[in-house]
Amino acid sequence: MNIADVQVVSILPQMIMLAAALAVFLADLVWKDRKGIGLLALAGALAAFAAAAGMLAGSGAPTFQHMAAADRFALVISLVVSAAAVLALLISLDYVVRVELPAGEYYGLLLLAASGMMFLGAATHLMTLFLSLEILSIALYALAGIRTTDLRSGEAAMKYFLLGAFASAFLLYGMALLYGATGSTYLAGIAAAVPQKPADPMLIGGLALLLVGFAFKVAAVPFHMWTPDVYQGAPSSVTAFMSVGAKAAGFAALVRVLVTVFPALYAWWVWPVGILAVLTMTWGNLAALAQGNVKRMLAYSSIAHAGYILVGVAAGEAGVSGVLFYLMAYALMNIGAFAVLIALERAEADAAGVELARMSGLFHRRPWLAAAMTVFMFSLAGVPPLAGFFGKLYVFSAAVRSGLMVLAIIGVINSVISAYYYLRVVARMALAGPAEEVEPARCLGLSIGTGIAALGTVLLGLYPTWLFNLVQGTLAVLFGG
Amino acid sequence: MDAIRYLLILSAVLFTIGAAGVLLRRNALVIFMCIEIMLNAVNLTFIALSRQLQSLDGQIFVFMVMAVAAAEVAIGLGIIVSIFRHRATTDVDDVSLLKG
Repeated sequence: MNIADVQVVSILPQMIMLAAALAVFLADLVWKDRKGIGLLALAGALAAFAAAAGMLAGSGAPTFQHMAAADRFALVISLVVSAAAVLALLISLDYVVRVELPAGEYYGLLLLAASGMMFLGAATHLMTLFLSLEILSIALYALAGIRTTDLRSGEAAMKYFLLGAFASAFLLYGMALLYGATGSTYLAGIAAAVPQKPADPMLIGGLALLLVGFAFKVAAVPFHMWTPDVYQGAPSSVTAFMSVGAKAAGFAALVRVLVTVFPALYAWWVWPVGILAVLTMTWGNLAALAQGNVKRMLAYSSIAHAGYILVGVAAGEAGVSGVLFYLMAYALMNIGAFAVLIALERAEADAAGVELARMSGLFHRRPWLAAAMTVFMFSLAGVPPLAGFFGKLYVFSAAVRSGLMVLAIIGVINSVISAYYYLRVVARMALAGPAEEVEPARCLGLSIGTGIAALGTVLLGLYPTWLFNLVQGTLAVLFGG
Repeated sequence: MDAIRYLLILSAVLFTIGAAGVLLRRNALVIFMCIEIMLNAVNLTFIALSRQLQSLDGQIFVFMVMAVAAAEVAIGLGIIVSIFRHRATTDVDDVSLLKG
C-alpha cells in the first residue's frame, strides 16, 4: 500500500491532539514547570481546534480507510471536543498548581481523552468505535483518580472504572452480535445488511446491548448510578471536561450508529430511547432539587441534560442537528459553571465541591464572576435568549416533527422544574449577604476561560442561526460515507 | 452447524455469570475478575462467529480486546491499590464517602 493512500489528513485534528498528548508526556520528563506544560497542552488543543475548523470550512475530506470518517458530523464533534478541551485547559492552569496535581500526567491524559473523544465522533468501524471509546474511558478513569491524596478522588475513580468497564463489556457483546448477524464490522456494511433481516433476534439483541452500553457511557437513567459520585469526587476541572466531552463523544457515536445503521429498525429503538429520555430528564431534575452541594447538583443536572439530548436522539434523522447544537451549547455553559466553582474552591477543604452557602453574596464580592454564573445558570435552565434555550428548542421541535409530542411536553415540564434549582443559585448570589469570607481565586487563565464560555453562551443565544446552519445537513454526508 | 450454537450458548452463559458476579460480589478485585470473564465471553463469541462466517475480522477484534483488557488491568489495579493503601479494604461497600 502506498503511504499517500492512507489519507492521514482526514484524521488530522485527532492526530494533532494525540501528538500534543505525547509531547506533553515527554516534556514532563525534563521540564518541571507546571504552567509551561499547561501552556504546551493548550497550544496543542488550539491547533486541533484550528485544524477541525479549517477542515469544516474546506471541502469534504475522504475517510480514513473507511475506519474513521472526516464528514461534517465528525468535524463538528471534533470542534465541540477541542473547544471543551481548550476551555478545560484554561481553567486548569491555576487549579493544577493550587491543588498540586501532577501536571504532566494531568495534561497528557486530558489531551489523550480528547483525542479518543474526537476519534469516537468519527468512527465508522466497530473496531475504531471500541478502541476510541476505551482510549477516552481509560484516560478518564485515571484522571478521575489523579488526586491520589484524596480518598474521594480514589473512590470516584474506582466507581467509574468498575462501572465503565462493565458497560464496555455490554457494548462489546453488542458489537459481537452485530458482527454475527451481518458478517461485517464496517458500519456501512452492517447498514447494508440490516434491511435484509429486520427481525433477526441476533441483530435486535446486538442493538439492545449496544444501547445499554451507550446509556451507561452517556449517564442515562437507570444506568446513571456512577455519575453523581464520579462527578463529585473527581477534581472539578476534570469533571467539567468529562461531563461535556465524554457526553459529546458518546452521543455522537450513539447517533451515528442509530441513524446511519439502523434507520430500518427505527420502530424498534425509538421507544426504548424515548423511555430512557423521560426517565433521565425526570430523575436527574428531581434528584438535583434536593442537593445542597453545587458540584453534586451540577452532576445531577448533567444527567437531566443527557435526557434532553436523548429526546433529540429519539427524533431520529430530524434530531441530529439539534443534538449537535445542544452539545456545543452544553459544552460552553457547563464548563463555564464549573469554572466559577473552581474559582470558589479552596485547596484542601473543598475536594468534594462547594456548598450552596459559599455562593452567598457573590454579587457583592465579585460582580463579574457572579454575572457569568448567572448567564450559565439561566442558560442551563433554558431561559431565552441564551444558548441553552435554543438547544432545547431545536431538540424539542425535532421531536414534535417526528411525532413524539409526548417527549417534547415532558421535556418542557422538566425544564420548568429545573429552573428552580438553577435560579436558587442566582438568588443566593444576589440576595443573601456573604456567609463566609473566602476570597475567590484570581487567575488570568480562569478569567479568560470563564469569559469565553460566558461570551459564547450569550452569542450562541443571540445568533443561533450561525451554528444551526453549520450543523444542518451533516447527515447527508453521513449517509454517503 | 450445531457447534456454533453450543459455542454461542456457552459464551452467553459465561457472560451472564460474569454480569451476575459484578452485581452480586462486593470485593473490587472479584468484581474486576468478573468483568474479565464477561470480556472473554465476548472473545469466545467473536471467535465462534469468525469461524462460522469464514472471516478473520472477528479474530482480529479479539486481539484488540485483549490489548484493551491489559490496559484496563494496569489502570484498574493501580486505582484499587491506591485505595487499598489509604484504607486497607477492597470492599466496595466500605468505599462510600460520596452519596446522596
